[in-house]
Amino acid sequence: MAVLEQKVVGMTGDEAVAYAIKQVEPDIVAAYPITPQTIIVERFSEYVADGLVKTEFVAVESEHSALSACVGAAATGARAFTATAAQGLALMWEILYIASSLRLPIVMAIVNRALSAPINIHADHSDTMGARDSGWIQLYCENSQEAYDTCIQAWRIAEHPEVRLPVMVCLDGFVLSHTLEDIRTLPDDAVKRFIGKPPEVRVKVEVPVEGGTEIVDAPYKLDPWAPVPLTMGTFAMYDCYFEYKRQQEEGMKAALRVIEEVGREYGELSGRYYGLVHPYRLEDADVAIVGVGSSMGTASVAVDELREEGYRVGLLRIRCFRPFPVDRVREALKNVKAVAVMDRAMSFGGPGGPLFMDMVAAFYGGAHRPLMANFIYGLGGRDISVADFKQVVKTVYGDLEAGAVREPMRYVGLRG
Amino acid sequence: MASEGMPFPPSWREAPMGGAAYKPSTLLRTGTWRLGLKPVVDEEKCTGCGWCHIYCPDGAANLVDGKAKINYEYCKGCGICAEQCPAGAISMVKE
Repeated sequence: MAVLEQKVVGMTGDEAVAYAIKQVEPDIVAAYPITPQTIIVERFSEYVADGLVKTEFVAVESEHSALSACVGAAATGARAFTATAAQGLALMWEILYIASSLRLPIVMAIVNRALSAPINIHADHSDTMGARDSGWIQLYCENSQEAYDTCIQAWRIAEHPEVRLPVMVCLDGFVLSHTLEDIRTLPDDAVKRFIGKPPEVRVKVEVPVEGGTEIVDAPYKLDPWAPVPLTMGTFAMYDCYFEYKRQQEEGMKAALRVIEEVGREYGELSGRYYGLVHPYRLEDADVAIVGVGSSMGTASVAVDELREEGYRVGLLRIRCFRPFPVDRVREALKNVKAVAVMDRAMSFGGPGGPLFMDMVAAFYGGAHRPLMANFIYGLGGRDISVADFKQVVKTVYGDLEAGAVREPMRYVGLRG
Repeated sequence: MASEGMPFPPSWREAPMGGAAYKPSTLLRTGTWRLGLKPVVDEEKCTGCGWCHIYCPDGAANLVDGKAKINYEYCKGCGICAEQCPAGAISMVKE
């Protein structure tokens, strides 16, 4: 298939998300504004007011209500979208688990922002990293083009019958959300064709009949007028709760395959291919930088400069943090001797940042165990420069020479 | 032990997605939670507006043939319907 001709539009990350969702035209958008996500909701509500989309916009009184409205809508089979950041995500917490446990394919853009206190509106990953165990798929974008592209792919991933899980599309606050970028946009009809109609999912439920019960196959949605109306999220005690949780894990496993399939298909359409991880100059690398989000663009420049200085260094950007692509990460780093794991969030009192812990766990069981050094950076939007990344790599080279990671957790750009 | 009305999955593979069920458990008849007061509808006064149905947190107030009807199997006796009824057709009475 030939790559489609695309219109280049100057947009910020937030605008790119709103534009993608306009092209997707979900049935409902329920959202509450919060910096730095506000522009997504503002732009989208303008599209609604201008009659450019048929989407019902539900202006709610809180983020808890926003996601609750999406849960209700998605349960009836409607396509539902919301967006939030930091404190807003924190307020959604209870409903995050309900959305994923009910297997509702909601798509939510998260504009990553530091959590209070002290209050801060700038980028770090404390918000979404905290939600890593909530059962949502998490895709972290490097740039606003990727945020646009991912907001289209997310529906195919979420709605895949073997996945049926909600998706967070994460983009860094201000660095992406408020920065103008040339975005290549697909034609409206191409987006519509790509996402298609949500595939129907059916469940087997026990229905009473004369003289007993029988198992009936029914569409998985709330519809009081259906021949077999369903209840969702029933009371499940110690006799069956566990089984539902185990089943949820299967959706995550399937997502590893589906995210790659959808990323490949999207690549054929747009020329931009997406996977679970994005390796850069790793072929002969001794040291690798591993991280998520927008600063990986900066890291790639550091890699180029270090290469010119003779360092054999590469970069692995993790696009999909949940599910964590253990096999792909191991494969990409099978020859490196040491890894600098970059965390833009802390797990207070933990053995390292959230990404570090997963990285160590991914390699501990294997035969190849590179040195793993953890670097905490960029909290509350603190900038990380090319020079910082170069210093990180040189520090890891020092660890390699010493034969051990000399400091378990280091802080980049911290005073003192 | 599987609860009546809840299909017990023989394996996690066969558990109906999202804990879906044809009907909620009949084991949890929350009507037993009432603490001595129950709502009673005065059919003469009831205008059939459905306000009680909208307010009832348990879906226990319904319209049957245009009149409010309380399902005492599930009514917890919270009294919201009586408080909200615009026609004053529901009163809480001792059981």
